[in-house]
Amino acid sequence: MATTLTKTETLVGKRVRRREDPRLITGTATYVEDIQMPGMHYAVIVRSPHAAARIRSIQTRAAAAAPGVVSVFTGQDTRGVGPVPCGASLPGLRVPHHHILATDRVYFVGHPVAVVVARDRYLARDAADLIEVDYDVLPAVADPEKALAKGAPAVHPEWPDNTAFTYHAEGGEVDKAFAEADVVAKQRITSQRLVPMAMETRGVVAEWRAADRQLNLYTSTQIPHLVRTLVAGMLGLEENRMRVITPEVGGGFGSKLNVYAEEALMGFVARKIQKPVKWIESRRENFLCTIHGRGHVDYYEVAAKRDGTILGIKLKIIQDLGAYHQLLTPAIPTLSVLMMPGLYNTRNVRADIVGVFTNCVPTDAYRGAGRPEATHGIERMVDILADELGMDPAEIRLKNFVPQDKFPYATATGLTYDSGDYAAPLRKALDLVDYHHLREEQALARKQGKLMGIGISTYGEICALGPSPACPAGGWESATVKIEPTGKVTVLTGASPHGQGEETTFAQIAADELGVGLDDVLVLHGDTAIVQYGIGTFGSRATAVGGSAVYYALQDLKAKIRKFGAMMLESEDVTLSGGQVSCNKTGQSKSVAEIAAAAYRAMKLPPSTEPGLVSTHFWEPSNFTFPFGAHIVVTEIDRDTGQIRIRRYVAVDDCGKVLNPLLVDGQVHGGVAQGLGQALWEQAVYDDNGQLITGELTDYALPKAHMMPWIESEHTVTPSPVNPLGVKGVGEAGTIGCSPAVVNSVVDALSPLGVRHVDMPLTPEKIWKLVRRSN
Amino acid sequence: MKITVDINGESYSHEVEPRLLLVHYLREVVGLTGTHVGCETSLCGACTVELNGRAVKSCTMFAVQADGARITTIEGLSTDGKLDPVQEAFWNEHGLQCGFCTPGMIMASKQILERNEAPSEEEIRHGLEGNLCRCTGYQHIVNAVKAAAAAGAK
Repeated sequence: MATTLTKTETLVGKRVRRREDPRLITGTATYVEDIQMPGMHYAVIVRSPHAAARIRSIQTRAAAAAPGVVSVFTGQDTRGVGPVPCGASLPGLRVPHHHILATDRVYFVGHPVAVVVARDRYLARDAADLIEVDYDVLPAVADPEKALAKGAPAVHPEWPDNTAFTYHAEGGEVDKAFAEADVVAKQRITSQRLVPMAMETRGVVAEWRAADRQLNLYTSTQIPHLVRTLVAGMLGLEENRMRVITPEVGGGFGSKLNVYAEEALMGFVARKIQKPVKWIESRRENFLCTIHGRGHVDYYEVAAKRDGTILGIKLKIIQDLGAYHQLLTPAIPTLSVLMMPGLYNTRNVRADIVGVFTNCVPTDAYRGAGRPEATHGIERMVDILADELGMDPAEIRLKNFVPQDKFPYATATGLTYDSGDYAAPLRKALDLVDYHHLREEQALARKQGKLMGIGISTYGEICALGPSPACPAGGWESATVKIEPTGKVTVLTGASPHGQGEETTFAQIAADELGVGLDDVLVLHGDTAIVQYGIGTFGSRATAVGGSAVYYALQDLKAKIRKFGAMMLESEDVTLSGGQVSCNKTGQSKSVAEIAAAAYRAMKLPPSTEPGLVSTHFWEPSNFTFPFGAHIVVTEIDRDTGQIRIRRYVAVDDCGKVLNPLLVDGQVHGGVAQGLGQALWEQAVYDDNGQLITGELTDYALPKAHMMPWIESEHTVTPSPVNPLGVKGVGEAGTIGCSPAVVNSVVDALSPLGVRHVDMPLTPEKIWKLVRRSN
Repeated sequence: MKITVDINGESYSHEVEPRLLLVHYLREVVGLTGTHVGCETSLCGACTVELNGRAVKSCTMFAVQADGARITTIEGLSTDGKLDPVQEAFWNEHGLQCGFCTPGMIMASKQILERNEAPSEEEIRHGLEGNLCRCTGYQHIVNAVKAAAAAGAK
C-alpha cells in the first residue's frame, strides 16, 4: 500500500504511488495507436510466408486499383533507403545488407515484401490480400546446430558456413586449472528462443511536412534519440529536422530497444504520399517480426577440487542470430561471456561463441539480454557439480563466492564488480525458507515417494549500461532541470521510461534535493524536440545513469540558487534546506520560488552569474553496477501429470539503495514472471521449414494470473559506489535470478529418479516422460 | 447499418459497416481510445469492456452486435473527477506499469467484484485468467482487487 506524503518529508526511499498512473487508469493516456491526424492513411505490410525463397515477381496492380488504396510500394521502390542498422561491432563480423523491404530474396517467415497504403485500415487489409508474390521456395534451416552442419542450406548464399562471427575470450590459466582438477562437470544447456511479447505491439505514425523538410515520427520505442539519428540516416534526412515522439509505450522488455525496418518504411511512405500514415503491428506480426530473445545452445565444463573449490570454467556458446543483425544482435552473447563466472571467485575462464545465421527472425536484447543465459548456465553447473561432489548447493555457493573484502573485484573476464556481499542475500533467503527444516521435510517426503525439490540460484548481473567505451552508442545519460519563474520544476530526462516509473522516482529525487513538493515537479521524456539528446531506457540503466544525471543537474542549480539567495539576503553565510535559502546569522530566508522569480526577472545578478535557473548535465558513469541476489524455489511434482507446483518463491535481491520500494517490488514481480515463463512454459518453436509454430497466443504459453506463485520479495542493501544515488538497477534482476532457481528445484525433485539436467521449458509432458521413464 | 448504443451514459447513433469490430467502433468512431487492442483474437483481454452488465472482449464482437446495448468503457468509470474504487486501488497498490493492459484489467476486476464481494486470492487469479499482463507478474493486481474489495467496491 502506498503512503501519502506531505511536503516536509523526504521522498526517496518511500513507497510513493506513481505520478504517471492517473492517465493510465482512466484510459486517457496516448499510445501510438491512439493518434489520429487529418488525412491520415493506414499501411498494411505484406510478408513472406516462406523462410527462404527467391522472389520471381510481385504483382501489385490489383491491389493498387482496389478501393481506397493510394499507393503500393515494394523493395524496388525502397532501394534508395539505407539498410536497417547493426550497432554492434565484432572483429570479422559478417553483416548482411538488410533492406527495409525484400528485393530479390526472403530470409525468414514474416520478411516484409510490400506495403499497401489506403485511407482506411480495413481497405488496406483487403488490398494486401490482392498482392501476388511468385516465390521460388528454397530449403531453409531454423536450428543453429543444424545450420553449422556440413551441407546445411546457406541462409545467405555468400556465406555457406552460416557463421556470422566467432569470438574467443580467455582469462587466467585454464588448461592448468583443468589439469589440476579432481572433477570436471560437463553439460549441454539450452536457453530457448523466447518472444518478448510486450502488451502493446509496435506501431508507427509518420507525418511529412514538406515545406519544412521535416519528418515527425511517432514510434513505440525505448530509444527515441537513437531512432532519430539512425532513421534520419537511413532516409537521408537532416537529423535536426526529424522529430521522434515516443508517446506512452506499452512495454518493451528490450524488444523496442531497436531500429526497425517499419520505422524507416513509414517515413518513406509519408514522404511519398505527402500524408500522415499509420502502421500498427498485428499480434501475429509481433510474433513473427519483432526480435526474439535468448536462442543459446551452451556447452559447459566446470573444473573443481574435491572440496568444491571451482578452479575454472569453459563455455562454448552457439548463438542463434536469426537471418539478420538487428541493432545489437551479435553483441548479446558477449554479455553472457562477461558474466560467465557469476558471483564466484574463479580466475580461469575460456569462452568461445559461434554466431549462427538461421532462417528465423533475428534475436536481440530481451529482458536480461545475455545475462539470464549466463546465470542459468553457471547456476545449473554449480548444482551439477554439487551433486557430483555430494555437497549441499548452498554450501558450494558460499564456499566459492567472491569474498566481501575483495571489492572492487576484478573478474577473469575483465570486469570490475563494484560492491557486493554475496553471502548476505543467500543467508537471508535460506533463513526465510527455513532451509534446514525444509531439507528434513524433503527427506521425509522422499521416503514417501513424493517428488519435492528445493532450488537455489545466486545471480549477479551487469547493469547501468554503461561506460561509453563499453557501449555501441554513448553510455552516458542526460538530464535538464528547469526551475520555472514561478518555482515549478521541470525535469527533462534523456532516458525513455515506459512503465518503470521514472516520472515518479526522478520527481522524488528533485523534490528532495530542492526541498519542494512532489507535485511541484514534472518529469518529461520521449520527444526529441523537447528533450536534449539522450540514450534511452534499457539494461537496468534509467535510474542509475539517468537518475544520476538528474542529481548532478540539481547540484548545479542548488549552487546557483544559493548564489541568488546570498545576494538577496545580503549574506555569504547561507544554507539551502527545505525549499528555502536562509541566512545563518539573521534567520531571514527566501524560498526557491522567490529566488526563481528573481533569477528570471534579473534586475540584479550575482557576480559572474547568468539569468535563469536551468541546468543540463550529461553524466558518464565510470563503471557498470553489479546487482546480485538469491532466489529459492520450493516445488512439488505430480507424478501422474508431470505438473509442477511452486510451493514457495523467495527472492532476496540487492539492487543497492532503493528509491521507491513499491516500484522495486513491481520490477521484481514482473521480472520473475518472465523468468518463470522461460523456465516452465514459453518457447518460440520453428519447424524444419522455418515456420514459427508457436506464433500465436493460443500456442505460445505466457504466464497468466492463476499460473503465478506468490512471490516473497525481500532485499539486502549494498550501495553502489559508482553513482551518487547508490543504486544498482532492478529491471532485469527477477528474470535473471528466476529460471535457474526453478530448474534447480525441479531437477532436485527429480534427482531420486536419476535426473541430472532438464532443458527449459519444463512442460508437464517433458516432466511426465522423465517420471515415466524411471518407473 | 445504423446502430444506436449507450456508451458511458451517452447515446450514440452511427452508420457502420457490418464487419467493423466493436473495439474499432469505440476507438475510432466514438473516439474512446482507452480500450486497447492487444491481440485481435480475444486472448489478451486488453479490449475488455462492460456490455449489458457483462465483461466482454470488444475485439471479437462486431459493432452491429452491440446495437441497442449499454456499454461502459474505462473512460466511464470515474465521475466528476472522482476515481472508481477499483481505479484508486490499482493506483495505490501499483497494479500497473506500462498501463496497456490496465483498462481491460480494471474492467475485468470490476466484474470479479460484481459477482463476488470478497473474492479469495485464488478466485481473483481465476477471474483474471483471460487478461494478460507482461509487467507486473499479477501480484500487485491481485493486491489491488483485494484492496478494492476491502474498500467495498462493486
